[in-house]
Amino acid sequence: MTESSHSRIEHLLREHAPRVLGAILRKFRDFGASEDAVQEALLAAALQWPRDGVPEDPRAWLIQVASRRITDHVRAEAARRHREELVVSLVPPELQLVLPRDGDELAGRDDALVLLFMCCHPALTTASAIALTLRAVGGLTTAEIAKAFLVPESTMAQRISRAKQSIQGSGVPFQKPTPEETAQRLGAVLHVLYLIFSEGYTASSGPELHRTDLSGEAIRLMRMLHALLPEDGEVAGLLALMLLTDARRAARTGPEGELVPLDVQDRRLWNAGMIEEGVALISATLSKGSLGMYQVQAAIAAVHDEAARAEDTDWPQILALYGVLMELSDNPVVALNHAIATAMVHGPEVGLALVKALDAEGRLEESHRLDAVRAHLLERAGRHAEAVAHYRQAAERTTSLPERNYLLTQAARLNDAKA
Amino acid sequence: MKMKYMLMMNSPREGAGSILHWPKEDIQAHIRFMVGFAKKLSGTGELLVAEGLAFPDQAKRVRAGADGKPITDGVFPESKEFLAGYWIVEVDSPERAYDIAAEASAAPGRGGVPLNMAIEVRQVMSGPPPDMM
Repeated sequence: MTESSHSRIEHLLREHAPRVLGAILRKFRDFGASEDAVQEALLAAALQWPRDGVPEDPRAWLIQVASRRITDHVRAEAARRHREELVVSLVPPELQLVLPRDGDELAGRDDALVLLFMCCHPALTTASAIALTLRAVGGLTTAEIAKAFLVPESTMAQRISRAKQSIQGSGVPFQKPTPEETAQRLGAVLHVLYLIFSEGYTASSGPELHRTDLSGEAIRLMRMLHALLPEDGEVAGLLALMLLTDARRAARTGPEGELVPLDVQDRRLWNAGMIEEGVALISATLSKGSLGMYQVQAAIAAVHDEAARAEDTDWPQILALYGVLMELSDNPVVALNHAIATAMVHGPEVGLALVKALDAEGRLEESHRLDAVRAHLLERAGRHAEAVAHYRQAAERTTSLPERNYLLTQAARLNDAKA
Repeated sequence: MKMKYMLMMNSPREGAGSILHWPKEDIQAHIRFMVGFAKKLSGTGELLVAEGLAFPDQAKRVRAGADGKPITDGVFPESKEFLAGYWIVEVDSPERAYDIAAEASAAPGRGGVPLNMAIEVRQVMSGPPPDMM
């Protein structure tokens, strides 16, 4: 068994998971039972395919095995409760396993979409929605998800089973969402996928490998969503944002896991293919009108990624884009980034004045980010003693270890130079 | 028979924030040491958990009030013996746990001089013996 055929099978399984679950759900309606049956089928495939070879129609194979499992469960249940009226227990299994041929491809595509919308249901907590999406749509096992979020498997199993109960209890029907429902719930779906991506992308003290798996998974799911809703600008925008951000990953951390800021990253380490794809995607989307948050952020990422050297960055364009973003959102972090862009275009003192105004508003009081930005701008303005003080204050406030190490080092570097 | 120990690192004598004022080279040496130390312990299979804690600035004391709701209290910055981080290791003997603690204690500080910070070593309790279950 070679490494590549292993990963090929894994890829196949993840690819088919949502459609298989969709097909089973359409037949059996019970989310919890269907999900369990599909997980069992995926496990069976993971064990059998490497040994016996991949079946000719992998999806049909998975649907058949999952159907058989769920039928067995239902039958066992029915027998136990003497509920013989359950039709499913009376129909011979061979007949139940006949797959619908009509419009199967189209139905499969819609199923994946319905599933995503179910798992990112606004009634679920964000943590549950993330876990359930990774399992039901991503086809990851509970153990894999637990590992990625650095929690015990039992905790993650609890979270997933509670989420399944909520879905079952909420009576969300398994049917293609209407255009209005799509518009309403798409925001929650994008937010969940964005959080999955961020979890994988944010450097952390944990075993990084599993985290990078998460950002890869978010991109894969996002590609799927984009294939289902190719006309949606925000869907394209978020996919572009993920690609343009993930493209820089190799340059973002040094050998000790320390953060390397954008302006000093070795741009040769950036993934040119991903940048090209992301830029093409966002360029095509922006020309269609109706802007959203993700599209503007992707556009900003694209401007950064297109600069061959940090000093070639088109800051006036970035500043204009942050202006648009501020109109779309009242987020103080956006305002802080706007201040940075302002400083790059109009000088650090102008940026510092904006930061001061933000500080007076008090909305970023709890955040170390304000201190960190202030420190950077003070340093650029040549006010080194003040910069050191703010770097230190930011270091004291942050709860991220790599970030703390970075800020400590910045404070010390500047302090050493002063001495 | 493997035993679990919690190694609790207290902040250095001069206070939790003293690292804020070290020279850059010393900070980098300290970080390198800590990253390497965790890697080495993972390599031997002895490390179960290692976490650094945020600066005591971020800490709050919580006590339940008469109504059972939390009462949070500020942190007292003059306190020198804050927990800075901890490791949980699984080792063959208490002596091995002491050795590991001593190695961590000797992490380089200002000017590369070993910090020799205090590390409290306490055994993690195990489950009841089988005949008590």
